[in-house]
Amino acid sequence: MALKVEHEIHQRRKGRNSGVGLLLVGMVGIVFGLTVVKVLGLTDVRQMERFDHVARPQLEPGALEAAEQRAADLAAQAEASN
Amino acid sequence: MTDVTNHSQTHEAQMGDYFALMKPRVMQLVVFTALVGLLVAPVGVNPFIGFVAVLCIAVGAGASGALNMWWDADIDAIMKRTVTRPIPSGAVQPGEALGIGLTLSIFAVVLLFLATNALAAGLLAFTIFFYAVVYSMWLKRSTPQNIVIGGAAGAFPPMIGWAVATGGVSIESVLMFALIFMWTPPHFWALALFVKSDYGDAGVPMLTETHGRKVTRNHILAYCVPLVLVALGLGFTSIGGPIYLAVALILNVWFLKGCYDIWRRTDADSEADDHAIEKHTFKVSLYYLFGHFVALLVEALMRANGWAVL
Repeated sequence: MALKVEHEIHQRRKGRNSGVGLLLVGMVGIVFGLTVVKVLGLTDVRQMERFDHVARPQLEPGALEAAEQRAADLAAQAEASN
Repeated sequence: MTDVTNHSQTHEAQMGDYFALMKPRVMQLVVFTALVGLLVAPVGVNPFIGFVAVLCIAVGAGASGALNMWWDADIDAIMKRTVTRPIPSGAVQPGEALGIGLTLSIFAVVLLFLATNALAAGLLAFTIFFYAVVYSMWLKRSTPQNIVIGGAAGAFPPMIGWAVATGGVSIESVLMFALIFMWTPPHFWALALFVKSDYGDAGVPMLTETHGRKVTRNHILAYCVPLVLVALGLGFTSIGGPIYLAVALILNVWFLKGCYDIWRRTDADSEADDHAIEKHTFKVSLYYLFGHFVALLVEALMRANGWAVL
């Protein structure tokens, strides 16, 4: 007696099932490829932190520049006071 | 007791049957024109994003084809040319075609939006809506101008390709749209003049049957004249150039001559030589569209490599 009994529908639908499997693999490949392309296309590595479902005001446009400007101002003040 | 009798179909649907729902021959034209629209744009696109974008446009076109087959299953079963399609042949159930059409439509539009931009995705969504609803459900069975307005659905792909690259619409993309839009009626009516159709039996009003063959000949020439203007006008935009203009000039003289010859003839002349001029002009119309888009591609290639002709 065969250990594995296979219904004839498995054989009949083999082509369809293989096709659906290939489509799903292709879909995964597309999403993965898009992720790689989009991430590598980011101009600032800090932007990778953007989509983590948490509001991050420091990543909003202008915030980085404002922070850098503030740091430069503070450095200039410290230098002037010395 | 539950009846577990297996009502098996006469023919088990295979992947090929589902693929046939997507009208692969129409998809070829869609892929080619969308790719040209994308490549001739002045903005470069990452090759992988370009590939995904063209795939989405092709899948969107295929999905609208599946929706068209679902809606037209009743008339497809009457006409000889379409009786072997997956639904009338019994291979695919109408509900399956509807499900595939809707699912793939949403999939293609959402993925195109995620991969590129909202305008390209919006144009694709509108194209699917236009073909499935405006053309298939509304115009096809109500007016002999069905293919004129419905032809817009086939004209959108280069515009979507351009939008993928640039994120906008411009005179270049509008003229590429207009080229296919104006080309569709003379191309299709030239075919209608020599193919014995049974659209009448299916209740689809075709110009040859509602207004007669003489009126169809007049329409072919009437649409060809503005087509020539659009085709040559495209040569003076940023994507045109001397090579495009030379190719366009030859192709337009060739096609215009064919349309003029069709207009000059009577049905008796046409019957006498087994519609030789109509068949020839239909073939020329295929070279016509392909030639214009290849010429645009060559121009883009030359610009990208800094090769100047003049």
